[in-house]
Amino acid sequence: MTFYALFVPFVAAIFAPALTRLFKHNAAWILALAPAGLFLHFLGFVEGVAAGERFTGGVRWLPSFNVNFSWFVDGLSLTFALLISGIGTLIVLYSGGYLKGHRHQGRFFSFILMFMGAMQGLVLSDSFLMLFVFWELTSITSFLLIGFNHAEERSRRSAIQALVVTGLGGLSLLAGLLMIWNITGLSELSLLLASGDLLRDSPFYLAAFVLVLGGCFTKSAQFPLHFWLPNAMEAPTPVSAYLHSATMVKAGVYLLMRLNPAMGDTVPWETVLPVFGGATLIAGTLLAVRQTDLKLMLAYTTMASLGLLVMLTGFGTEKAIEGAILYLVAHSMFKGCLFMVAGNVDHGTGTRDITRLGGLMTAMPLTFGAAILAALSMGGLPPFFGFLAKEEMYYGLASLDPWSLTFLAVAMVGNGLMFAVGFAVAIKPFFGPKVETPEHPHEGPVLLWAGPVVLAVAGLFSALFSSEFHRLISNPMAGAVAGHDADITISVVPHLGTALYLSLATVALGIAFYLGFDRLRSGMAGLLTAIGWGPDRGFDQVIDGIVRLSTVVTRWVQNGRMEYYVTATFILLVLAIFIPMGLADEWPELPEFPTLFFYEWAVILIAALGLLAVVWAKDRLTAIVSLGIQGFAVAVLFMLMGAPDLSFTQFMVETLSVVILALAMTRLRLSPQDPRSWAQFFLDGAIALASGAGFTLLLLAVLATEFNAELTEFFNTYSVQIAHGRNIVNVILVDFRGIDTFGEIAVVMVSGLAILALIRVLPKRRAANAAAPTKEVAEPIQEAG
Amino acid sequence: MRTLIFRSVAPYLSSLMILFSIFVLLRGHNEPGGGFIGGLIAASAMAIYGIAFGVSPVRRAIRFHPMALSGFGLFLASVAGILSVFPGVPFLTGLWIYPEVFGVELALSTPLVFDIGVYFVVFGSITSTALALEERERD
Repeated sequence: MTFYALFVPFVAAIFAPALTRLFKHNAAWILALAPAGLFLHFLGFVEGVAAGERFTGGVRWLPSFNVNFSWFVDGLSLTFALLISGIGTLIVLYSGGYLKGHRHQGRFFSFILMFMGAMQGLVLSDSFLMLFVFWELTSITSFLLIGFNHAEERSRRSAIQALVVTGLGGLSLLAGLLMIWNITGLSELSLLLASGDLLRDSPFYLAAFVLVLGGCFTKSAQFPLHFWLPNAMEAPTPVSAYLHSATMVKAGVYLLMRLNPAMGDTVPWETVLPVFGGATLIAGTLLAVRQTDLKLMLAYTTMASLGLLVMLTGFGTEKAIEGAILYLVAHSMFKGCLFMVAGNVDHGTGTRDITRLGGLMTAMPLTFGAAILAALSMGGLPPFFGFLAKEEMYYGLASLDPWSLTFLAVAMVGNGLMFAVGFAVAIKPFFGPKVETPEHPHEGPVLLWAGPVVLAVAGLFSALFSSEFHRLISNPMAGAVAGHDADITISVVPHLGTALYLSLATVALGIAFYLGFDRLRSGMAGLLTAIGWGPDRGFDQVIDGIVRLSTVVTRWVQNGRMEYYVTATFILLVLAIFIPMGLADEWPELPEFPTLFFYEWAVILIAALGLLAVVWAKDRLTAIVSLGIQGFAVAVLFMLMGAPDLSFTQFMVETLSVVILALAMTRLRLSPQDPRSWAQFFLDGAIALASGAGFTLLLLAVLATEFNAELTEFFNTYSVQIAHGRNIVNVILVDFRGIDTFGEIAVVMVSGLAILALIRVLPKRRAANAAAPTKEVAEPIQEAG
Repeated sequence: MRTLIFRSVAPYLSSLMILFSIFVLLRGHNEPGGGFIGGLIAASAMAIYGIAFGVSPVRRAIRFHPMALSGFGLFLASVAGILSVFPGVPFLTGLWIYPEVFGVELALSTPLVFDIGVYFVVFGSITSTALALEERERD
């Protein structure tokens, strides 16, 4: 059942364009059935997982390499699966309203469902390779979605940037996973989690750790690799709500949490994660304050939240991990909701600039309600789920040593700033005097407000029924991350204690930030202008540098001069033959000279004369024909030595090469005589002689080794028996080694196409040159011989 | 190159060569020959015809674009390989049938189909190159 569930979104993606053509935007209702069904399917696991069960299954894929296609459901993956399918349902509905009437709505549905399938596969994967494949699929679908408005250059740049950054991270992750595989010999996460200290005790732990972090930090937009995430906001709002806040960017956090039992609890883990997470939190909130675009403000707070999650995951105390998982669930709900709110405001008024919005409360009451509920949760106020998360994380961080105090301060400032930004998004556009907007403000259809309202209310109800929610969701999830059973007791009823005081202080801080919001923004703007350079510009510089470097290298290696290529090739050939022979001191001995009949001598003489004629020839055509004479002589030799097939082919090849070479040479309009200077002539001659001598020596060396007749005997014995053919050469070509021949004829065909393309391209250029006469045209034109 | 003798002989010569190329192709499994050499002979025939009469008559004579023939050859070779799906044996395994036509037992096999594919690929690609080069000679 779960096996098929993995494919459901992809199947839905196939049918999405056709359904959208039939039912227009109402196809959303049908397509949402796919994630809704998955949500119900995964709900069925909740009771079992809460009771401590784990579900695994799969098919053996490549048993010889111990590679399976296997999945694994425990508290962590189940919560993610529920978030992905649950929010996915709302997002599909929301996209139905948001992109209503868009020309490519069907394509959009298809992309977003594909992404859903990839993300779901990622969190359910058990085997490393499956995890990696789905991880890369999320990067690719994210690329497609960010670049959805591909007619705009900014979209294209953002899409490529996201793909480059997350793709590089994916490679790093692949290396990390392979390393873990090598260290432990395990290829499945479920086995790895049960392997105890195996990974931690390895001398290669640090390398594996850094490589895995490379994947997680790029995917989850940790400072200083965060810059792709705000740029990804070029995507339509449903994408921002779904991929770039609720699900995909959490993949890195997911993997860190997943590996915590196997890799956590070490010094690097508990240093690197909190430091980078904390830096990301502070950088994200400060950058969020700077923005005036609703979506960008939310994007930077998302980055900050991801930093907070990484920091808590790596902090090391049990309560911090519990805080992290509560915050993860809370964040998916309120941030998904706020993004959709921003989309609704954009849709209803035509602008997302916070300074140009106000007084929308009466025009958009439902959106406003959802926004306020979500902001309360984001601010961490009771009775919302965000409150539980914040209380729990303060329990986890509160300790009196300087290390903990630092991160406590970081968390408080970060939370305070997020509080301010959250309320700025939820309050500023709705209160105050009405402001003139590009469109007359109006509430959207049910498809648009259903999503945010459901998510906002879910944030309230999950907190009100927290004990049940903890039993079914939070405890199994925290247990999976911590590696042993967890018991979360936090509820909406505030308990007097350190955490509550810290919460109050955070709220006070948040209100202070909110009141001074405009001053804070201009201050940040001034600071950022003063710094000037950012990783986003750095990315451009790196890409520019790569392009420039490859231009230089290409110009140097491929300068377009045929004689340069040929000279380089033959010099390398000479070196490749002589250097190994010299180093190994394996010069072949001259074999005994065979006794030849007089006619064989005659043929050899003809070949030699042909060669001399090539060198002595006055014009090119004579040289080409002389080369053909030499080839024919060799073909005759083949015939005399008992290789009729080879000789037959050699005859035809020689004939055709003379014809084609003659045609090509006459067409090149070269001067008929050899234009080389004597020095050049002797240099080229030396290279040619060295190549010939090298090849002769090589062949002699090969002949000197003992002949292994195994293959000859095999083909002699089985050619008729198995392949029903007496011509061994042909049987080898079309039967025994058929797949080689298949590859070769594919090459022949492709080169045929390439030659045709080259010949077809040139006349146009020449025509263009003729229009504007240059020196080339003035050169003497050689008529066809 | 367009002497009277050459132009009178060329049609007979090239048709004989085409016939011979098919003969070489078919006997390849047991005697010297095969698809590759057959394709080369046929391509030479086209080159001779082209030198004698120009490119357009050759193009008219073979009706299809030579690269299309080449592509068809590759397709034929793939089909010969994929046929092994039906008996459930590995890709490109040789399969044989012996139907009786007019009282003569014929040995038909997927290697033969494969070889015909090779013939077309070689014939198409080389003819295409030669014709394209000859064509530019007269522009």
